[in-house]
This record gives sequence, C-alpha cells and structure tokens, in this order.
Amino acid sequence: MKFQHYLERISGIQIFPFISLLIFVCFFVGVSYWAFKIHKSKIKEYENIPFN
Amino acid sequence: MHTEVFYYDNKFPKYFAIATIVWGVIGMLVGVIAAFQMVFPVLNFSEYFPYLSFGRLRPVHTNAVIFAFVGNGIFTAIYYSIPRLLKTEMWSKRLSALHFWGWQLIIVLAALTLLAGFTTGKEYAELEWPIDILITIIWVIFGFNMFGTILTRRERHLYVAIWFFIASWVTVAILHITNSMELPVSLFKSYSVYAGVQDALVQWWYGHNAVAFFLTTPYLGLMYYFLPKAADRPVYSYRLSIVHFWSIIFIYIWAGPHHLLYTALPEWAQSLGTVFSIMLILPSWGGMLNGLFTLRGAWDRVREDPILKFMVVAVTCYGMATFEGPMMSLKNVNAISHYSDWTIAHVHIGALGWNGFLTFGMLYWLFPKMFNTTLYSRKLASTHFWIGTLGIVLYAIPMYWSAFRSYFMMKSFTPTGQLEYQFMDIVQTIVPFYFIRAIGGTLFLAGVIIMIYNLWKTAQEGKFIESERAEAAPLTKQYVAPAGSLWHSIIERKPLMLLTFSLIVVSIGGIVEIVPTFLIKENIPQLTSVKPYTPLELQGRDIYIREGCYTCHSQMIRPFRYEISRYGEYSKAGEFVYDHPYQWGSKRTGPDLARIGGKYSDAWHFNHMLDPQSMSPGSIMPAYPHLFETEIIKSTTISKIHAMRRLGVPYAEGYESQCIKDMEIQADKISNNLLKENKIEIKSESEIIALIAYLQRLGTDIKLKK
Ligand code: HEC
Repeated sequence: MKFQHYLERISGIQIFPFISLLIFVCFFVGVSYWAFKIHKSKIKEYENIPFN
Repeated sequence: MHTEVFYYDNKFPKYFAIATIVWGVIGMLVGVIAAFQMVFPVLNFSEYFPYLSFGRLRPVHTNAVIFAFVGNGIFTAIYYSIPRLLKTEMWSKRLSALHFWGWQLIIVLAALTLLAGFTTGKEYAELEWPIDILITIIWVIFGFNMFGTILTRRERHLYVAIWFFIASWVTVAILHITNSMELPVSLFKSYSVYAGVQDALVQWWYGHNAVAFFLTTPYLGLMYYFLPKAADRPVYSYRLSIVHFWSIIFIYIWAGPHHLLYTALPEWAQSLGTVFSIMLILPSWGGMLNGLFTLRGAWDRVREDPILKFMVVAVTCYGMATFEGPMMSLKNVNAISHYSDWTIAHVHIGALGWNGFLTFGMLYWLFPKMFNTTLYSRKLASTHFWIGTLGIVLYAIPMYWSAFRSYFMMKSFTPTGQLEYQFMDIVQTIVPFYFIRAIGGTLFLAGVIIMIYNLWKTAQEGKFIESERAEAAPLTKQYVAPAGSLWHSIIERKPLMLLTFSLIVVSIGGIVEIVPTFLIKENIPQLTSVKPYTPLELQGRDIYIREGCYTCHSQMIRPFRYEISRYGEYSKAGEFVYDHPYQWGSKRTGPDLARIGGKYSDAWHFNHMLDPQSMSPGSIMPAYPHLFETEIIKSTTISKIHAMRRLGVPYAEGYESQCIKDMEIQADKISNNLLKENKIEIKSESEIIALIAYLQRLGTDIKLKK
C-alpha cells in the first residue's frame, strides 16, 4: 500500500486550528443549551436511575 | 401495568473482578521488576536468556496494566452496572463467556509473544497481527453483547455512565483498527503500513486516545455509577455530566500530536495538538468536580469509609493528571518533560491513582455486595489505602526530581561552549531516584496483596449470590415523548443514534489531523539522499525492534542547541520515509540514536552490546549476549524486502533474488574488519553483525550530503 501525495500543498492550513475551535465552540454551546433545557423533574428521574 | 421478573447475573462480574486482580498483580509485579532492572542491570538475566530483558518486559508491563488490569476492570464495571441501570439481564450468557475467556486468552498470548520478542515496535500497540485480529473479534463480541443488552432494556433513558461505555467501545474499535494496519511478513512479524512521520502521527493519535478512551472515559462511566452508589447519593449535577461527556469525547481525540512537539511533525499539526490539549482542562475538571461535589455534605463519611477514601483520592489524582497533561502540552514545558521521567510520573499519577484507586474502591464495594456480607476488615482496607498512597508519592516525587535534574544537566554548557556533562554522568546521578521509585512501586503492590487477603476473607465469610431477582415493567412499544421535550431526548433514548453521534464527534478530530498529513506533499519534504535500508540493515532494524531498544532510546533529535551539540543535526521528516514502523521512541533512558552511525567503531558497538559496562562504566543498559550466538535466518530477507516494496519502499523489481547475496557481502565486510583491526572473531551470520550494520547506518544519509 502506498500513500501518494495527492496535493502538492495546502493553502491556508494555519486556519485549521481556528476552524476547529469554532466548530467546537458551536458544538459546546449547543450541548450546554440542551443540558440546561432538560426539565428538573426529568433530571431528578435520570440521576436516580442507579438507585431504582 | 404488568411487570416482568428477571435475574441480574453476578457470575461474570465476579469472573472479571478476579481477572482484574490477578492481572493487576502480575502487571504491577512486572513493573516492579522492570523498575529494579533500571537500578541493577543484572536483573535482566541477560546471561541466561533474552526473555526478561527490559526492552521486552516493559511492553509486557504496559500492556498488562492497561489491557489486562484496567481492561478487566472496565468489563467488571460494565457487566455489573449495565444490567442494573437498564433493568434487564446481559443479552447473552454465551457471548459473555466468549468475551471473558477470549479476553483472557488474548492476554496470555500477548504476554508470551512479547516475551518471545514478537512485537510491532509501536508503543501500546506492540501485539502482532494475529493477536490484533483476535482482539478485534472479541471486541465485536463484547459490543454485540452490550448493545443487545441496551436494546432489550426496560429503562428508557440511558444513564450517563452508559454513554461513556458506548463512546469508549466505538472509539477503541476505530483506534485499534486504524493503528494496527500492518502487512504480515510471517506468522508473527509484520510491518506497519504507515512510515515515519505518518506512522508517528497515527501511533500517537492512537496512543493518546488509548489513554483517553481506555483509561479515562470508561473509568468516568465507572465513576458515575460506583461513586454515587458508594456515597449513596446521586451525582452532583446530571446536567454537568452531559456537557462533560460530549465535550470530553470531542476534544480528547485532537490532542495526540502533543506527544510529538518539536519533532519532525508539521508545525500546524503540533499547534492543533497544543490548543486542544489546553482546552481539555475544562471537561476534565468538570468531571472531577462533578465527582468530588457528589460527596458534598458527606465528608464525615469519607473520613471513615475506606471505599470513599479510595474514590476521593482517585478523582483527585484524575484532576491532577488532567491539569498536568495540558501543561505538558505547552511547547516550552514539553521541551523539559518529553523523553524524560516526568512523563513516567505523569502516567503513574493516572494509572496508580486514578485507575488503580478507583478499581480498588469498586472492588471493595462490589465483593461484599456479591457475597452478601460486609467487608471483612475496614482497618485492613484503610491500611491498603495508606500504603498505596505512600507508594504513589514515593513513585512520583523521585521521577519529577530526576526529570528536572537531568534536564538541567543535559542543557548545561561550560563557559567555553562545551556540554558540561556526559550522558553517563547524568545516568549515574538519577539511578538513586530510580531506586526510590522502585520502592514506591513495591509498596503499591504490597497494598494490593493486602486487598486480596481482605477480599478473600470477605468472600469466605459471605455466600456468593449467583443471580439476583428483579422486577420491572417492559418498555411500551409506542412511546410518545412528552410535549415540549427537545430533540436531544431522542438521542438519549436511542442507543444506536448515540453511537453514531459519538462516532461522528470523535471522527472530526482524527480526520482533520491525519488526512492532510497523508495527502499533502509539503508536509514531508523529500530528501534525495535518503535511501532504503540494505537487506542486512533491515534485518538489524528488526532486531532493534524485537529487543525493544525503543523503550530506552529515541531516534528523533529536537532542534535545541543542547540536543544538537550532544546528538548531531536535528531530525528531518524526510529522513524517516522508509521507516515501517517509525522508531522515534518516547523515553530517553539512554542517549538518542538518530545519528549514532559513524560515531563509534564497529568494535565499540560489538563490545558495548556484549557488556555495556565494559565500554560505559556504570551503564544501566542490559547486555545482549544472545545476539552473538543466534544467527540471522537469511531466507526471511526475501519476504521482508518483498513486503517493504509493497509498502512503497523503492527496492528494484526482482531485488529479492539478489538481496541475500548483498547481505552476505556486507556482513562479511563487517566481520572481516572486526577480525583484522580488532582481532575479534565472530561469524558473519550472527545477529550482532546485522545490528551493528543498522546502528552504523542511522542518521548517515544526511551527513553524507554535507
Ligand atoms: C534499559 C534501557 C536500555 C535499553 C533497553 C537499551 N539501552 Fe542502549 N543505552 C542505555 C543507556 C543508559 C546508555 C548510555 C550508557 C552506555 O553507553 O551504555 C545506552 C547507550 C547505548 C548506545 C551508545 C550511545 C552513545 O551515543 O554513546 C548504543 C549504540 C545503544 N545504547 C544501543 C542499544 C541497542 C541497540 C539496544 C537494543 C538492543 C539498546 N541500546 C537497549 C540504555 C538502554
């Protein structure tokens, strides 16, 4: 198996970390929003599953 | 609504728990032996046989504690908690048995093959291809059993612990398969399909995430079940645990390149690794605080209850290690910690503190439950706790000390610009620290022995409950989500969707980092002077891999003045394009060998390998007398050359018919030289000749150019 180099170079690779960070921040905000929207009674129910 | 009766099985949790303990003792014992070998090289028993040499023992230790001790610990937790959290039985007894015995078989095979020298030479993934395949099969069996259980559950919501188990399962599967891509050469020999920089990136993407998804996330699942159980109160914040879960699996996968800072890995990949490693602090500490706050208002009990003590220290160690890790990913800190004993201290805070203590806490809680009794002796458990803690302290502090000490010695220059210390000077000043570390490890192991006695007595006093009766209503087929529930509640209910989402989340990081490194030429500048290894050198390289020289030696010089003056010009990505697998190493107990070629005479290497102390008084390197007696199996050269060509190494078409001849010519030259110039008589077929050829080749491609 050989891994050829398909592209000679990639322009603007410096932006990768930035984009990745952005994706994460959006994702994080989404997840947090979700977590905090869950109704209190549901949370009570879920966290007590190990004890039922 | 009618309820159904079913039984929780305790047999397999018990089996896995016993396996955890047995392999724990063996894995730790091997670790203690290896630790003493670094003080007393005679303990390598090199004179008698090659099997217990440090380079072979160390992979046995790491594999045993990770995959055997922690692995069985994970399965204990899963087989005990999942049925109870889902109000159902494990899906299939037969699959449980296959999983249990299959995993133990893998461990036995792993230990035997590693001692015999069958290794891929990739850290934490040393097992050869037949075992890799077996692991895949057993992992799939385990997956079927787990998902079968989840799909036949009687509790709609999946408790957060299960999310961690699911994500761990799928990620470990991808990691294992991607990193184990290798081309078999014979039954127990293969070459990684990746080479050099790419191999290093894939390996550390795997290596780091083995820490993440084998040592961390499943144990977080374990924490989310057993800590509330032991404390008898629900987790501090269930919302936090949701955020914790998704962020930790998202971020962890990106952090691998922090193992390769200042190496020949492209700069942008290094930066990504650093950025995400720093961000890891947040979810990690979220999890730690969630664990510790669960005990709010119960601190008086922590003082009395050894189980809670173990768990509190475990979670605290987790917090320490996950703060330290991101710090070590900062480039300037990494310059000190990489290749040094700091890393060893860091992983042992995690392994002994987090994994070890959490496992002990779980076992102390589980045995009385399974045997329907109380713990035989709380006092002994407390003694175990204190001895274990002292063991961790005695382990870690000397390692930190030795790391800083050797760093300052390595980088100190005299006023005239010479390196102030020889490598051996440094080795000699840190050997006493190695001794204290070995004592620390011994204490930790002694604690485990106390635990075994305690659990044994507990089991004797109680009566094993093979299965526990339970009752619950089945899930209704037509479920209507309550009005106002969000889309997320769908994911929480649907395990396969949860699986898919986790898969997507963990894939993003891997793809962004790995794909460009493979596809873009700019990342690995070609060096025309770099040529494939000669057949003899290739054989020598395989001996280097077999003996695990990479456990003590790196082959990657970083661009620092103090490294260049000591080891030579810093390493370039293009130098490793034919290295299947790469051998950069991660720990420098001995000097870097990337440019050892031409530094010494053949005779020096000959004597040094036979008895390192004869050339470097006080050396802690093992001797390798067996290399002088064993002969190269020449016929293997053909299949090796063939395999390498298939992997893209440019040996001429048909070179197979020529390679043995070439090998003999080169070997004869070396042995004749040894005879003529040093009056050393050695058969040119001996393995040592091939090893010398390989060592003398290392790093010379670039020197020639100058
Ligand atoms: C337990 C750790 C350990 C292992 C395993 C080990 N070495 Fe070493 N090695 C050392 C130490 C320490 C030194 C420095 C002292 C000396 O020269 O012996 C060293 C030095 C060397 C040197 C001399 C380097 C120099 O620049 O002076 C060579 C060459 C070498 N080792 C080759 C090997 C090979 C080949 C293997 C595997 C067959 C191996 N070592 C396995 C610890 C180890």
